[in-house]
Formats: sequence, C-alpha cells, structure tokens
Amino acid sequence: MLYRESGQFKSTYAEDQQIFPIRQDRIAMAALLLVAFVAVPLLGDQYWLSAILTPFLVFALAALGLNILTGYAGQLSLGTAAFMAVGAFMAYNFVLRLPWLGILPSFVLAGLCAALVGVVFGLPSLRIKGFYLAVATLACQFFVLWAIQRWGWITNHSSSGVITAQKITLLGYPINTPATKYLLTLAIVAVLALAAKNLMRSETGRAFMAVRDMDVAASVIGIPMMKTKLLAFAISSFYCGVAGALYAYTYLGTVEPEAFTLDLSFRVLFMVIIGGVGSILGCFLGAAFITLFPIFLSIASKALETALGIEISHALVSNLESIIFGGLIIFFLIVEPNGLARLWQITKEKLRLWPFPH
Amino acid sequence: MDVSFFIEVLAGGLLAGVMYSLVALGFVLIYKASGVFNFAQGSMVFFAALTFVSLTERGWNFWLAFAVTLAVMVALGIITERVVLRPLVNQPPITLFMATIGLTFVLEGLSQLVWGSQPHGLELGIADVPMEWLSQKWNINISQFDLFAALVAGVLVAVLALLFQKTRIGRALRAVADDHQAALAVGIPLQHIWAIVWGVAGFVALVAGLMWGVRNGVQFALTFVALKALPVLLIGGFESIPGAILGGLIIGAGEKLAEVYVGPMVGGGIESWFAYVIALLFLLVRPEGLFGEKHIDRV
Repeated sequence: MLYRESGQFKSTYAEDQQIFPIRQDRIAMAALLLVAFVAVPLLGDQYWLSAILTPFLVFALAALGLNILTGYAGQLSLGTAAFMAVGAFMAYNFVLRLPWLGILPSFVLAGLCAALVGVVFGLPSLRIKGFYLAVATLACQFFVLWAIQRWGWITNHSSSGVITAQKITLLGYPINTPATKYLLTLAIVAVLALAAKNLMRSETGRAFMAVRDMDVAASVIGIPMMKTKLLAFAISSFYCGVAGALYAYTYLGTVEPEAFTLDLSFRVLFMVIIGGVGSILGCFLGAAFITLFPIFLSIASKALETALGIEISHALVSNLESIIFGGLIIFFLIVEPNGLARLWQITKEKLRLWPFPH
Repeated sequence: MDVSFFIEVLAGGLLAGVMYSLVALGFVLIYKASGVFNFAQGSMVFFAALTFVSLTERGWNFWLAFAVTLAVMVALGIITERVVLRPLVNQPPITLFMATIGLTFVLEGLSQLVWGSQPHGLELGIADVPMEWLSQKWNINISQFDLFAALVAGVLVAVLALLFQKTRIGRALRAVADDHQAALAVGIPLQHIWAIVWGVAGFVALVAGLMWGVRNGVQFALTFVALKALPVLLIGGFESIPGAILGGLIIGAGEKLAEVYVGPMVGGGIESWFAYVIALLFLLVRPEGLFGEKHIDRV
C-alpha cells in the first residue's frame, strides 16, 4: 500500500535515469541520510560512535571496494587487507611528509597508491581466472605485509612497525572527538558509495558486469579486457585504500602491520557474501552484520553467565564464537546464497502488495 | 659457490617441498572430485594432528590412536558432505569456497574447544637429525626425518594413483570429476563419492598433520601450512596429483635457494611470499599450472 510506484509517471529522460526511480525510495534515503548525519551524532553515545558505527562504515567501504572487484567485475580477490594496509600506511606517510597537503588529498593520494598496487597485482588476472587468480592475489597479501615490515621508510623507522595516526584537522576544524570522526567517515563513505552506485550504472559498470558474466563473450563484443579488468582492480583497490586510511585515522588511531592479515581479507569477503554479491546495499548490510555479530555474541555469553551463575572462560567463549561464526556463515550460504540484499528485495516485493494478498 | 652447500640447500628444499605436497594433495583430491576449493584443508590437518597427539598423550598406542583419528576424520568428511555440501549443490564455486572458509572457523574452534589450545610435541620414533654417514662423507646435512616424510609422500601418491586408476571407486571418482550430471546419469551415487573423497582427504590431512606435527609441533600455526601449499597447487594445477608432487618440489627447492642466495640481498624473511612469485611466473606461461586441465571457453 505504502510502497507502490503506481501513479509515478516519468515524463523526461532524466527522470527515467535517476538513481532511485521510486519516490518512496528517495524519501527513505533522504530520511536515512538525515538520521545518519544529524540525529546519530547528536544522540549516539561515545561507545556506539567510536566502537560500532565508525568501524561499520569503514568496513562497509572496504566491502564496497571488494564488491566492485568480485561482485561486479567477477575477479575473486583475497588481497583486500593488503590494499587497506597500503592505504593506511601511505596516508600516514603523506600526512607525515607533506603536512601542507591537508587530510582529504592525503587520503585520496593514499587511495591512488593502493590503486597502483592493485593494478600491479591485478596483472595476473589478464592471464588466469577463478581460484587460480584468488590464490595469486594472496601473493599481494603476503608481499605487502612483508614490505611494510621490512622497509623502514614506510613506518617511519618505527621499531615495531606500529604507526600512530597524527592528529588531523579538516579546514582548520580538529577531528578528534568520536562524533567528528564518525561524521568525517560517514561523509567520505557516503560520497564514495554514491560514486560507486553511479559507476555501476555507467558504461564502465556495464563492462564490468559483462566481464563477470562471461569474459570471452565480453571481449568478442568489443570490451577491452585489459583496460576493464585493470580498471576494476584500480577502483576496487582505491576504495579499499581509502577504507584502510580511515581504519587508521578515524577508527583505531594506532595500527600495526599485523592488523591487516588474511583474516581481515576474509572478514571483508564475508561481508560481501553475506550482504550480497554485486549489490551496493549488500555491502552495508554485510558490514553491519559482521560488525555487530561478535558484540551480540559477547553480550549473549555475558547474559548466559549471569543467568546460569557460572563463569565461562575467555578461551571457551572465543572458541565458541569461532564455531558459531563459521556455522552461521554456512547456514547463511545454504539459506540465502544471494545474501541479505536479496532478502531486502523480497521484502520490497512483499511490501508492494501489502496488505493485499495479490 | 660451495657445491656441497648448494646440494645441501637444494636437497633440503626438495624434501621440504614434499611436505608441502602432502598438504596440497588434500586440496587436489577434493577439487578433482567435486570442484570445491576446500580452504578448510589446513584446519583439517590441524584437527587431525591435534586429535592424534591428544589421544597418544592419554596413553593410547600409535595404531589405536591412528585408527580412531582416521575414523573421526572420515566421520567429519561424511558430516561435511551431509551438512554443508549437499544443500549447496549447484551453487556457484565461490559460494562453496566461502562455505569451506566457514568450515575452517568451525574446525579451528572445535579442535581447540575439545583438546585445548596449548601446543604439543609429537614423536614418531624417527629423530629429526642429520644423517651421519652423509654428513661425514660429503659434509652434507640432510635430516633423516625429511627422507622418511618423502618416502611416506611417495607411498601415499602411489596408493592414491592406484586407487584412482585401478579400482571401481577410482573410476567412479574420475567420472564424477569429469561431469557430475553424466556420472549421475549412469548411476554413480554422487553423494557417496563425495563422502568417500572427503574421507580420503581426511586421511591425507592426518598423514600431513603427523609429518608437520613432528617438524613444527602440533599447534595452531599448523593451519597456516595450508597457505604454503597453495602456490604448490598453482604450479601443479588444481586437478593433478602428480602435479602436486612436482609443484611441491619446485616450490620447495626454489624457496630454499632463494632464501639462501637472494634473501640476504633484500633483507631476509622472503619465504612468506617468494613461493607465490615462483607460482605466478609459472602461471604466466601456463595459466592452468603444469598439469591442470586446459579449459576451452566457448561463447
């Protein structure tokens, strides 16, 4: 009843091509942005802003990057954490060595560095496909971490490889409270998500999808394979790089190379799979799920502890967490292989009819 | 260049490569028969080794512990087939791959939940020491345990090759690997075959777990062995058992030689990624690995 597009006629090409063609979607989106930009920073407490919402946004951005590569262009990559590491450590270097640059250009340059690394490690994709490529991207994962730990210049010769993000200001305004950090992250993520949404509706995005669906057919109809695949790697790594920079500057503040292990790559991959492969919305849903799940689990175990009056050891909890996490992923894949985004689509279709049966 | 030192490094590398092959074999078996890239192989190795070592520490003798662990691994394979793979038939490979990553988490949690997370030592009665006559005669140090591991790997490959080539089950396995639907159409029970393959992969994981357990101790780091085995797969091809052995030899030798002769030039510690570089170089020439099946794409 409420969610129905009847009576909304399109009379211009511009209207036909807008991102959210249904009025209810536009209203919902505007409301969501309003809540995210105004209500949340005003009402949210420190813990929520700094420990849940900011990492959620950062991971959503990383998932967005991976989804562009894996979900849209069909190139499976396990090197996400490496691209994030490049972004984080290069942002540190740009802020350190070129302080007059300002924070946003530094992030962009860090993203571009990650894109460069992405293009280099994307080169094998021209030759190999599928799991061979996925394993080959592991090379990037191990090489980048090795390079960061070995080449002192990158960590400014910090003995343990740990870097501490400098204090940052944006247009003279210090970014030091959880609320400002959240807002900066949110603004960057929102802009990049919009860009991604639009990119996927453009010629480039359609070329990506053609390559994903069948690369031989795509090259036959004249899509340049090399340019398209490398562009997918570049854009994806750029997103991951910026996510890495935000990870260091707005979420953790202090990062070490060990933070960007294969586990992180897998976590981002899980977000993409659980959220929905080839869906922008899915990245956010998946990131929310993976970020909230461990918190939910620890609350549940605490509740169980008080309810049963016994002490559950930390090792037991972490092992159980691992089992439940793995089991849940398998469960999700079996129940809804297309991810949470697909569930949302089904909900929307149901909503169009509601409250009538047909 | 010192020749005997070179030979020592080369032989050590080749034998270390055989250890990688042992792990890679498990990947190959499952990929060959079901097209699933089983990321959980590393945690299966860990799980098997931990179960075995915990049983022997409780005073069980070797063969009893081996038999029980094997039974557990086969049961694990059957449960995996039933719970994870069967509901996911006809899903794209990436979904199955993700499911095996989920399985990795489950296995890692489960094994430490049941047996605790402290590292164990493992002894099989063959000491990891250089062979005396070799070191005395030519001044070459080669561990006798390495040779033993190579022997085990050789026997394992021979047995697997016989199983695949000469038995009814082997023929059924190859048929399933060629074409699921055609195999089903001629009456091969797909689900049984998958259960068998996962069982055999469990056995291979157990053997690999024992070998690596003696070398490095049974601890959580054993799960990372799988990451070392992946470049072996790239070189050998995902579907080839001989490829896994040859790939292991190439990776082992290349890695050790590079570590000794190139490593010092770039600051050392290159073994974490150098194997992948070797694999990538091979892939540039042969995108399916040395023995992988060539795919012809048709529009």
